[in-house]
Amino acid sequence: MSATGMSPFLGGSASRELPGRAPDDAQVPSPERDRGIVASVLDAAGNARGSGYNFAYLDEGTKRMIRRAILKAIAVPGYQVPFASREMPMPYGWGTGGVQVTAAILGQSDVLKVIDQGADDTTNAVSIRRFFAKTSGVATTTRTTEATVIQTRHRIPETPLTEGQILVYQVPIPEPLRFLEPRETETRQLHALAEYGAMHVKLYEDISRHGHIATTYAYPVEVAGRYVMDPSPTPKFDNPKMDDCPALQLFGAGRERRIYAVPPYTRVRSLDFEDHPFRVQEFTQPCALCGARGHYLDEVVTDDSGGRMFICSDTDICETRVAEAAR
Amino acid sequence: MTALLTFQDVAKSFTLHLRGGIVLPVVGGVSLVVEPGECVVLGGPSGAGKSSLLKMAYGNYRCDAGAIRVRDGEAVVDVVRADPRVVLALRARVIAYVSQFLRVIPRVPALDVVEAAGREGGLSEEAARARAKDLLARLNLPERLWGLPPATFSGGEQQRVNIARGLIADRPLLLLDEPTASLDAQNRAVVADLVREKLKAGAGVLGIFHDSEMRDAVATRVVDVTRFAPQARAA
Amino acid sequence: MSAPLLSAHGLTKTYGNRLACAGIDLDITEGEVLAIVGESGSGKSTLLSLLAGELAPDSGEVRYRMRDGQTRSLADLGPAALRRLMRTDWGFVRQDARQGLRMAVSAGGNVGERLMGMGERHYGRIRGQALDWLGRVEIEAGRVDDPPSQFSGGMRQRLQIARNLVTGPRLVLMDEPTSGLDVSVQARLLDLIRRLSAELGLAVIIVTHDLAVARLLSHRIAVMRAGRVIETGLTDRVLDDPEHAYTQLLVASVLAA
Repeated sequence: MSATGMSPFLGGSASRELPGRAPDDAQVPSPERDRGIVASVLDAAGNARGSGYNFAYLDEGTKRMIRRAILKAIAVPGYQVPFASREMPMPYGWGTGGVQVTAAILGQSDVLKVIDQGADDTTNAVSIRRFFAKTSGVATTTRTTEATVIQTRHRIPETPLTEGQILVYQVPIPEPLRFLEPRETETRQLHALAEYGAMHVKLYEDISRHGHIATTYAYPVEVAGRYVMDPSPTPKFDNPKMDDCPALQLFGAGRERRIYAVPPYTRVRSLDFEDHPFRVQEFTQPCALCGARGHYLDEVVTDDSGGRMFICSDTDICETRVAEAAR
Repeated sequence: MTALLTFQDVAKSFTLHLRGGIVLPVVGGVSLVVEPGECVVLGGPSGAGKSSLLKMAYGNYRCDAGAIRVRDGEAVVDVVRADPRVVLALRARVIAYVSQFLRVIPRVPALDVVEAAGREGGLSEEAARARAKDLLARLNLPERLWGLPPATFSGGEQQRVNIARGLIADRPLLLLDEPTASLDAQNRAVVADLVREKLKAGAGVLGIFHDSEMRDAVATRVVDVTRFAPQARAA
Repeated sequence: MSAPLLSAHGLTKTYGNRLACAGIDLDITEGEVLAIVGESGSGKSTLLSLLAGELAPDSGEVRYRMRDGQTRSLADLGPAALRRLMRTDWGFVRQDARQGLRMAVSAGGNVGERLMGMGERHYGRIRGQALDWLGRVEIEAGRVDDPPSQFSGGMRQRLQIARNLVTGPRLVLMDEPTSGLDVSVQARLLDLIRRLSAELGLAVIIVTHDLAVARLLSHRIAVMRAGRVIETGLTDRVLDDPEHAYTQLLVASVLAA
């Protein structure tokens, strides 16, 4: 995350068209207000009025191309479909893949949630949410239950996803075999022939070095019994959420020009050894804010004298629980 | 009962392509037989082709003409025309060849060299180990050398390793090319004993021994190779 | 005599108008070591690639007796079956260890990879087999977690051998496995190759320009020149009584070993 909080695609005029904007409006978004935007900023063609952009930034031809890739990806779960990644008004590494997938699937009635490391209020999340608010005018939200499309970097929400929801992952390196095999021609062969023995070499190396599988994020999974897939740098804590998930999961890698997908209710199995089965991280203490157990916790340094606390990385569920407790 | 080894009208020459293709005739019209229990010693001056005959019998040299038949149990193999694999099988089961020179992979200890030869000759690992030790002891190779690679040994010591290697397995046909050339009298006597034991067990020997004492100790018959001189055949 | 394990029939490969291999016939069976010798450019490495199915011949074919006893043409196998063959029933020891090993992966991981590739999913068993094989190629157990980038040249080649043999292959191809090594290291490796191939009854095809290596390791030899096998037969017969003018030249050019 950029310490300055500046995102390159947020110019000074970025929020000019957004009524009711306030410097903090992105930090403390309200679904009601966001929905209100929809009516006021869209023109008859569905384009964001006055923005000068096509709906959701990308032109329709590009969206069609991306949708074709998405359809193919859904048809072949876990398979990396190449697509003609476009230059986006943000640098690679800021979620260009996820943004293009979101842009291609977003409709006017969608409600968009964007999270980064589980939080709605981090720079990357705020920037992308405002980008779509501006270019598409769709409603945005921080509530997992209200969102129809959730773009994410590094987390899956704690609130179970439901049918009809789409989770869009930002992916830096889509190729799970890349660390072993630098040649793209060879990794494609390996996928084509389902030669995944090498995938276990990484896990073997972990155990031989640390006594257990120390890979904690981007933990490789086998999708629908066929393709091995990199779930993007989500913590392995989230891997079980991918399995048999009612929501559609889409993965976009902008720099690497790949899209892949896990259709709803698909078997997603984390690779492991018989004598070293897959396990998720366990946290000894509950969230310091909402008291939840069984959530993924972030360590937060609270002062200069080594004070620290563990709190939910999913800000939505944490705030919801805190609010409910206060009621 | 067929003979163990039969040379029939064998001729051999070398064509030296690097020297304008000149042809060096070695032997011609060679016919001789080795029966079980027989030690046939090849006589004649050096250069007469004695070693070449042994090498032909072992399949190491090609022949221009004739046949060299070796008995392999019930079967008879013509070494001249046999497929390389058949020759290799024959060497494993039937023919032992002991030359003056030890050619082994460097860095392998002497005892292992001998033991490996025993296993290649069909002995079990334990039997090969036991026999290797027994042979090296009989040949008076100091035990401190057994664990060392023979490349560092003296000529006589190397030769004894070579003899042990050649004689360890129970092969019925022995081709001995001056195996005792650099041995002292005591060790020559040991080799003579070993050869006589093999003969008694029914093996046949075709050998070259320049040392007359050794020859007298083992030979049942001497064949003068000069009679196979190629000129004689031409005449 | 049983049917050969692998046989090549009329293998021909050209690069542009240069003939790399011309009408090559050969066969090999279990327990045999076949050396292919010749100068650089004689086509011996191309031949090895053709035999391994890495290159497709312009004409001719390679036939292999599969584990089920069926003899099949490599060309009919399809890439998936061919690759499965390569990582289970065959081994390939490369001249450059960096091509045959994963340099950043530990020795144990390198040996274990082929087991994992065959579906072994028990860490303890994989590690046990890796340690066993490291021992058999004389690499100390204490090095099991070190990557080959920290190994000497000789150790790397021995590790390659362990990595290839762990799945119990029947055929091992070796491309100049000893070149570039010190003589003493070379000797140890030669002894290891000879011992393992004899113990395991492997069919080994070894490409080398070193006649001494061919003499020590191989039962049979094929001499290549300009893409053709010009002389073939028992190794010691070809080297001690070479028939072809070129073989005589080759033998005469070597320092007596």
